[in-house]
Amino acid sequence: MQPSQSEERKPRWGVARRWRPTPKEGAGNWVWHALAVGVLAWAAAACAPPREAPPAQAPAEASTLTVFAAASLTDAFQAIGEVFEQAHPDTQLVFNFAASSALRTQLEEGAPADVVAFASEKEMRPLIAAGLVEAGAGQVFTANDMVVVVAPQSSTAVASLKDLAHPGVKVVMVAPGVPAGDYARRVIESLESVLGADFAEDVFANVVSQEDNVRQVLAKVQLGEADAGWVYRSDAQAAPELRVVEIPAEFNVRAAYPIAPLRAAENPMAAVDFVELVRSAHGQRLLEQGGFLPVGP
Amino acid sequence: MGRSPSRRSPDASPDRTLVAARGRPVALFVLLAGLMVLVLAVPVLMLLWRGLTSDPLRFLADPTVQAALRLSAWTSSLATAAALILGMPLAYLLARNRFPGRTWLEVLVDLPIVLPPAVAGIALLAAFGRRSLIGAALAQLGISLPFTTAAVVLAQVFVAAPLFIRAARIGFNSVDVQIEEAAYTEGASQWQLFRHVMFPLTGRALFAGLVLCWARALGEFGATILFAGNLPGRTQTMPLAIFIGFQQDIGIALALASILLVVSGLVLAVLRRVESEARLY
Repeated sequence: MQPSQSEERKPRWGVARRWRPTPKEGAGNWVWHALAVGVLAWAAAACAPPREAPPAQAPAEASTLTVFAAASLTDAFQAIGEVFEQAHPDTQLVFNFAASSALRTQLEEGAPADVVAFASEKEMRPLIAAGLVEAGAGQVFTANDMVVVVAPQSSTAVASLKDLAHPGVKVVMVAPGVPAGDYARRVIESLESVLGADFAEDVFANVVSQEDNVRQVLAKVQLGEADAGWVYRSDAQAAPELRVVEIPAEFNVRAAYPIAPLRAAENPMAAVDFVELVRSAHGQRLLEQGGFLPVGP
Repeated sequence: MGRSPSRRSPDASPDRTLVAARGRPVALFVLLAGLMVLVLAVPVLMLLWRGLTSDPLRFLADPTVQAALRLSAWTSSLATAAALILGMPLAYLLARNRFPGRTWLEVLVDLPIVLPPAVAGIALLAAFGRRSLIGAALAQLGISLPFTTAAVVLAQVFVAAPLFIRAARIGFNSVDVQIEEAAYTEGASQWQLFRHVMFPLTGRALFAGLVLCWARALGEFGATILFAGNLPGRTQTMPLAIFIGFQQDIGIALALASILLVVSGLVLAVLRRVESEARLY
């Protein structure tokens, strides 16, 4: 150790002649100690068991139900989940919302889940082929279509679909390979018949980001970073502050949503109950309130 | 994390082979250390095995993958250059000067190292997004940062430069005081001291810090996807290509991930070679 020459008072400014900050005398140190104690206490509190005792009628078998669902189902399934938990107080619902294609990959890699709900039947087929879902399961329980959402204070005025092709408009959509991305591309290409042969090319040239799921697209438009985004009708419903540009029905797609319990469900009874609740009149009403389209019986 | 940089140890890390004279290592430690190694090694090896058996070179021909590799190499290098030009002076000032608020500045510089990537991304949006003060001012000049390659570099500088600054600061601190005293006695100015004494003596520490910074920039994901978005050729770096690949086909994700793993491993191997005795982490 070099002897530090702490006899002389150090100037507050200037070149350090000391190579290790030695603890300050007096009051300054209390601050650091208090901070350290505070952080440790917080960490300890986080590890400690919750102070409140669990409800007296502790269920003999508190179980979890894991639901893998397309990102577009976020709001509707959370509403349905509240109804489910009231009916099953001993079951804890865990949702995993992401792009359907990512969920399918996770399940193929062995992620444990009880129920799966996708935004496309295309993603359900490989699971049936792999034996993860019963053949014949995976009935369609709701539907959706595409809209364009526009940031209200957008600097570039996007009033109609045609405006999406104007240079300088920042468009976000979902990456190809994800249902919402494939649907949007299909719509854009089918619009060429009315909006001109270059429409698709011009819109794709305006795409500034290909997000991994539809909720990320929504967020980028809500933040005002993008002018317009391709999302599902149900997503637009979840963001009432955004303007919606409708797509004529003859050019729109109809996304069919299949749902199924998994064969390896750890909680098969609850899984069937959840699927039934989603398909029940109550579940269907909640989905329609969330902007989803009814499906025929 | 590093040892107190009060003195230079005569040698970096002597390879101590466990000789009987020293006694046998604690059995419990060997067991726990073995578990730790397993936790680290098994995922890496399994990824390599699955990735390399899925014929990753097949994907290297894909133009999107090539664009991602090129963009990653470019942006990481630019971010590292920015860290050197802007970060080294800051590290030097922090190591050798005392001024009010220095402690808080050190905390600020270390903060991005521990911030979750999403927090970094949201912070960058809050600072440079279209609705932010700075973003609005830039928009007047016709500049918009989000969704650009510049945003990718900015995100990488934000998360990776602190690693370089930290390494450089520790390096400058580890220079023996007596050498500096001698330089002063000979009448060296502050600039001469830096130019002829400090810089040459800390070269290895600085280089190691740069390598670490580059590797961290190469791996940057969360802040990039939030702040710069994902567009092949413009903002889709390798980590983003891997993440989006996972949405499409796990084969792509595995192949690209194994490529990135090999590159990062080689970079860190280089780092081990040049590591100076100033332990950097």
